[in-house]
Amino acid sequence: MANSAELTVKDLPSGQVLRLSGDFAIASISDVDRHLRDIGGPISEIDISGVTHMDTVGAWLVYRTAKEHDAQITGGANDADRLIDAVRGVDQAEVAAKPPVSSLYHFLAEVGGGVVVSVTTFMQFLGFVGQVVKAFFTLLISPRRFRWHAVVQHFDMVGVRALGIVGLMSFLIGIVIAQQGAVQLRQFGAEIFTINLIGRLTLRELGILMTAIMVAGRSGSAFAAQIGTMKITEEIDAMRTIGVVPVEALVVPRVIAAVVMMPLLGIFASLMSIIGGGLLCWIVLDIPPATFVQRLREVTPITDFWVGMIKAPVFGAIIAMAGCFQGMQVKGNAEQVGLKTTAAVVQAIFLVIVLDAFFAVFFSEIGWD
Amino acid sequence: MNPPNIISVTGLCNSFGDQVIHQDLNIEVRRGEILGVVGGSGTGKSVLMRSIIGLQQPDSGEIRVFDEGMIGKEEDEATDVRRRWGVLFQGGALFSTLTVAENVQVPLREFYPDFSKELLDEIARYKIFLSGLPPEAAHKYPSELSGGMRKRAGVARALAMDPELLFLDEPTAGLDPIGAAKFDNLTRDLKETLGLTVFLITHDLDTLYSICDRVAVLADQKVTAIGAIEELLAIDHPWINEYFSGPRGRAARRGHSDGSESAGAKMQHPGRS
Repeated sequence: MANSAELTVKDLPSGQVLRLSGDFAIASISDVDRHLRDIGGPISEIDISGVTHMDTVGAWLVYRTAKEHDAQITGGANDADRLIDAVRGVDQAEVAAKPPVSSLYHFLAEVGGGVVVSVTTFMQFLGFVGQVVKAFFTLLISPRRFRWHAVVQHFDMVGVRALGIVGLMSFLIGIVIAQQGAVQLRQFGAEIFTINLIGRLTLRELGILMTAIMVAGRSGSAFAAQIGTMKITEEIDAMRTIGVVPVEALVVPRVIAAVVMMPLLGIFASLMSIIGGGLLCWIVLDIPPATFVQRLREVTPITDFWVGMIKAPVFGAIIAMAGCFQGMQVKGNAEQVGLKTTAAVVQAIFLVIVLDAFFAVFFSEIGWD
Repeated sequence: MNPPNIISVTGLCNSFGDQVIHQDLNIEVRRGEILGVVGGSGTGKSVLMRSIIGLQQPDSGEIRVFDEGMIGKEEDEATDVRRRWGVLFQGGALFSTLTVAENVQVPLREFYPDFSKELLDEIARYKIFLSGLPPEAAHKYPSELSGGMRKRAGVARALAMDPELLFLDEPTAGLDPIGAAKFDNLTRDLKETLGLTVFLITHDLDTLYSICDRVAVLADQKVTAIGAIEELLAIDHPWINEYFSGPRGRAARRGHSDGSESAGAKMQHPGRS
């Protein structure tokens, strides 16, 4: 429906005349823009009497060309002149472009910035842990401010609602361990040691570790997103002004929920793994459940159970605090919520695995192996 | 050739569950006017706007914009109409991860992917200028702007496609009186220089008096009255009487009749007003 914009250049004794015609509107302007930029000039006059329709984009092009060549604009109707006048003022308000930076400088700046951010984030995280501990003891002294309701609600979210997925995952992992163990140990005629593998590995390591990863993915991320969104909607600022300490109201209940629920989920996960492994032993290795249980009790020391139970609450605390910490770090816009949620999960899983390695060394040093 | 009415809504019904918002609502917006829409909270001003721009599917009724029926239109057909209007949402609704200039360029990139980078930058620059923002605002993110600047940035984005029709949802809410007056001037200047038609939802009596050509009153689930303010004052309706003759209404009317000379004078350039 739009006529395309056209331009012709005419040579007159007084100089070149640029004659524009057609629709100088946003829908028809793209090619003309390129042509106008390519015109060599000099142009003394721009005749726009042939322009049938003009909007601000067209007006801008005419004005820009006129300014570049120091040309006069003639033949404009009232509307066209008014639009050209409207865009005219923009040049008085030129902004200085940022000076270009060399790529080496850029690289160094990136690295330096990254280091500064990691160090400050780490310091802030330590400060945050301190705040949480302080809030916890404050609540111990004045338990009336303690939010039982929130804690119970988070028990439900972190623990009860995770039972299904944690149970299924652990059951499958138990089957995988037993199957792999059976295949490898059969080569030495030592299939019976599959039971050692299942019992010790799930109770000491995998039951807790996989649960921690699942809780980090489910609840750590949820904590970060919830608190981050509250940060953006200024709910946290509102809490402060009312006199509610956000760390007490939001962080402590979540940390307590994670600390209490992690060991319980860990026991459940280990149990499901053992059931899965036992089932596979029964089917593939023909070890009946009674024998399986008896053998399990002989080869698995109780310390394995305690190793898991000592680690679980620590992992829970780390996951919850990483989630809440990242949520509190959100500022500005919606994209930040996504970034910080990702950071919360990555940080939590990373810290859990690093700590797990320390625990492994520690427990074998004290003779629990 | 051009129909006199840019928007015409007939028999519009909207409801949320049991709550009826609009019942057989009719409204027309004429080409080149600033139509103010007023009404108490919850009378469905925003719902009306959302129905017209296609964000809310009405229960029944007909909505014509630029003489094209909008209800039941396919998405790609509706896009052709959408590029002819601009919308300023209450909070500005700027994309928070983009700078102001990039925000302005979003609709341009969407509809005209063959525009060169330089042209896009130039367009963003003069649109930001037209909306009365300082040029350094172009490279700022919305979170770095004040509320008033965010609204102006929203206008710059709404103007990106050179629309014929501009929807403004409570543009002066939350602005200080000076900022609100400046925004009113901006709206009128844009209407005059760019020949816009403006559909303006507002609570601001000063805005109504100073820039609106006609005012539509939403009450009792329909448009109870529409016309110039003087005509509305003559109507005997409890809400309208209370609205225009309450203490704030009287103050705004006094202020306007005192300053009507200067307000009617030709406006300065938009950037400097």
